[in-house]
Amino acid sequence: MQTKRFTAQMLTALAAIVTITSCQPVKEYQKQHLNDTEMELSSRKVQKFESNFQSYREAASGANGGKTGGGCGCN
Amino acid sequence: MIRIPFTLIGMYLSMVAFSQTRPTEDSLYKNRKLTVDEVNFVSGYYQQDGNNSAVTGGIGSEKLTDFANTIELKLSKYDRKYRKHNLAFEVGIDHYTSASSDKIDPHTISSASMSDTRFYPSASWSIQNEKKGTTIGVSASFSNEFDYTSIGIGTSFTKTSKNQNTEFVGKLQAYLDTWKVIYPVELRTTQSIRGEEHEDDYPSAPRNSYSASFSLSQVLNKKLQVLLLAEPTYQTGLLATKYQRVYFSDGSLQAETLPDKRYKIPVGVRANYFAGDRFIIRSFYRYYSDNWGVKAHTIDVEMPIKITPFVSISPFYRFYKQSAADYFAPYGQHVISENYFTSDYDLSKFTANMLGAGFRLAPPKGLCGMKTWSSLELRYGHYNRSDGLQSNIVSLHLKFK
Repeated sequence: MQTKRFTAQMLTALAAIVTITSCQPVKEYQKQHLNDTEMELSSRKVQKFESNFQSYREAASGANGGKTGGGCGCN
Repeated sequence: MIRIPFTLIGMYLSMVAFSQTRPTEDSLYKNRKLTVDEVNFVSGYYQQDGNNSAVTGGIGSEKLTDFANTIELKLSKYDRKYRKHNLAFEVGIDHYTSASSDKIDPHTISSASMSDTRFYPSASWSIQNEKKGTTIGVSASFSNEFDYTSIGIGTSFTKTSKNQNTEFVGKLQAYLDTWKVIYPVELRTTQSIRGEEHEDDYPSAPRNSYSASFSLSQVLNKKLQVLLLAEPTYQTGLLATKYQRVYFSDGSLQAETLPDKRYKIPVGVRANYFAGDRFIIRSFYRYYSDNWGVKAHTIDVEMPIKITPFVSISPFYRFYKQSAADYFAPYGQHVISENYFTSDYDLSKFTANMLGAGFRLAPPKGLCGMKTWSSLELRYGHYNRSDGLQSNIVSLHLKFK
């Protein structure tokens, strides 16, 4: 079990290192795709109530732009 | 005596500092009047049904509907130091009806808990220094419904790299909540003097939530960007919902009882990729763990397809899996010697699938001949949980700029 967890952690760390070191500098004028509204690195506003009901109906919450607890009678 | 030279030196240094950070010709044209940047209306209708209501001990109807609406106003202005001040105000109102909540006291013809309205205003203010690439902000929120009141405060710090390809955001948030301790009617020790539900009849208990959020976003290339996010949270106070019943193996009944502390650790990663000129892949994965024994995985994939540059459809799929909390057991399976117990299926072991699609319209000349109406988004999702709970949600977002 511990070996499995260690392997998973190592793979995650390796993926993070590969990702970070493979960055290419991108100039502002090259960002027409990245600046597209649908490329935003956050939940869409129209998903607001979806995140809300999921925080009620599921034990997990947070790390998705929604609440992690508090502010309502949810988990 | 010595103060005068220091004051003079201070004034001189300030003058030097300001002369060195003097804005360029372009920035002199920054608008210093308060202007409306954006107005957002979001509306949602949610409906669910299942057969594991926690109010009746893990059996019975979970039928519920919720109609939610928010309006958000975003304003901005530049100050004398050419820093951008962003202000946002939001007001939300939800109205829900719940078949199970009405079973808290089934003898009433129509109890206050059968339906309720939640009102929640919030405000935030941030100051953005575009030269330094920093933003600091504060926020406050309030929420009120029949049995629950919440006051939220928060602060945030953002640092963006010079080339705008890397961004770090740190946030601290606290919710100081109070809720009325409402027991199922058969477990109440004192009866209401008036013989009907009244908010003064119930004692109150606190529930406080403190969270820290750290995110790092990185542009990897011209079409790919990622975000790493961690949001540890600590909750304390009344974390059990006292009107939820638990039936034990010996047939006895008690109100749900859970520990008064909970630590949550969710970590997530988002990756968005623009494939070709028409397809975008939005992906999200989250791992969650808490000290109640719940571990969960969430995978979300959405693929906006641009029919034209201004019209897109976005099919999406979400998979969710969680293990049961240490304190969960179904109807009639808890033993009386346990310290903590719940039959709330939201804390049980299950998997959930959600499937749906969104539609987005954002013509450059505005919608319906209104230049200020910049976009319309409509989204529908069907949610299916392995314990039989099913729900549907439809949401609408209108943006005015």
